[in-house]
Amino acid sequence: MEAEAAKYIGAGIACLALAGAGIGIGLIFSSYLQGALRNPSAAQAQFPNLLLGFALAEATGLFGLLVALILLFVV
Amino acid sequence: MASVENLDGHHSTGSFPADPMHQFEIARYVDINIGGFDISFTNSSLFMVIAVILISFFSIFFVRKQALVPSRMQSLVELSYEFVSNMVRQNVGQEGKQYFPFIFTIFMFVLFLNMLGMMPYSFTVTSHIAVTFALAFLIFLLVTIVGFVKHGFGFFGYFAPKGVPIFMLPLLVIIEVISYFTRPISLSVRLFANMMAGHTMLKVFSGFVISMGIVGGWLPLGVMVAFTGLEILIAFLQAYVFTILTCIYLNDSLHMH
Repeated sequence: MEAEAAKYIGAGIACLALAGAGIGIGLIFSSYLQGALRNPSAAQAQFPNLLLGFALAEATGLFGLLVALILLFVV
Repeated sequence: MASVENLDGHHSTGSFPADPMHQFEIARYVDINIGGFDISFTNSSLFMVIAVILISFFSIFFVRKQALVPSRMQSLVELSYEFVSNMVRQNVGQEGKQYFPFIFTIFMFVLFLNMLGMMPYSFTVTSHIAVTFALAFLIFLLVTIVGFVKHGFGFFGYFAPKGVPIFMLPLLVIIEVISYFTRPISLSVRLFANMMAGHTMLKVFSGFVISMGIVGGWLPLGVMVAFTGLEILIAFLQAYVFTILTCIYLNDSLHMH
């Protein structure tokens, strides 16, 4: 296999990390909505935690995207 | 399609009109070389200087006339002050008060650099790992020094949580030590990867606007507008996360587990 082709395949595989980030972000928002609808008065206090969890979950997916970008543009 | 020369001299003939990585290139404005160290004034330094000037202007001039009923700009300064102050109080407690200036500086610096990067034709300083790692390593050093000053050698007890069965302890100490020392890496890579991936995504989609022509180009343009909104949210959120993790690390070394 050509090295160039392997690079593109590797970049594509690295982007699979974003699936995990998608699942994680979905879980965070679903849990938040479930909790918020059960107890709306406590929802506002947990909003910063929602954003924090969203940013942390999103960052893990971006690590995979970063590997893909490094494969495409740096290696 | 135009062939664009990368930093390391390779030619990349991508299918996009412009290289999406071109925006991250460092341009030297003033060459300064002292003792073999290249400390040239670059576009990165320029945007850091702009951010510092803006923050100083923001937080000195707008609160000079301290009105009881604040003007719009004064209430903006007070809002950001209270935001960080609440964050410190909730995450570090009363002892965190003396570290407030440091945490406020970190928050405003990262926030302004992220936001300046959202302007067209500007340079995103936080999209370079050298900058974010230097910031994160500074925080890591400070937090470690604070821990040792407060607890002395007792700070090593941080790595051995209380109430753990003795046969679990060796494994747990190793995990704690590894997780402690990867803090600066995860802190810096999170910010840098978010900013770099976001800005690359914006450039790739703006490439679609050109390459899909006058008829099909409107769809990616609409997506671009939504993504720009998302990126502004991310720019704020990452500054927030960076700061709140600084607070959490500080709390860990002030109060141990």
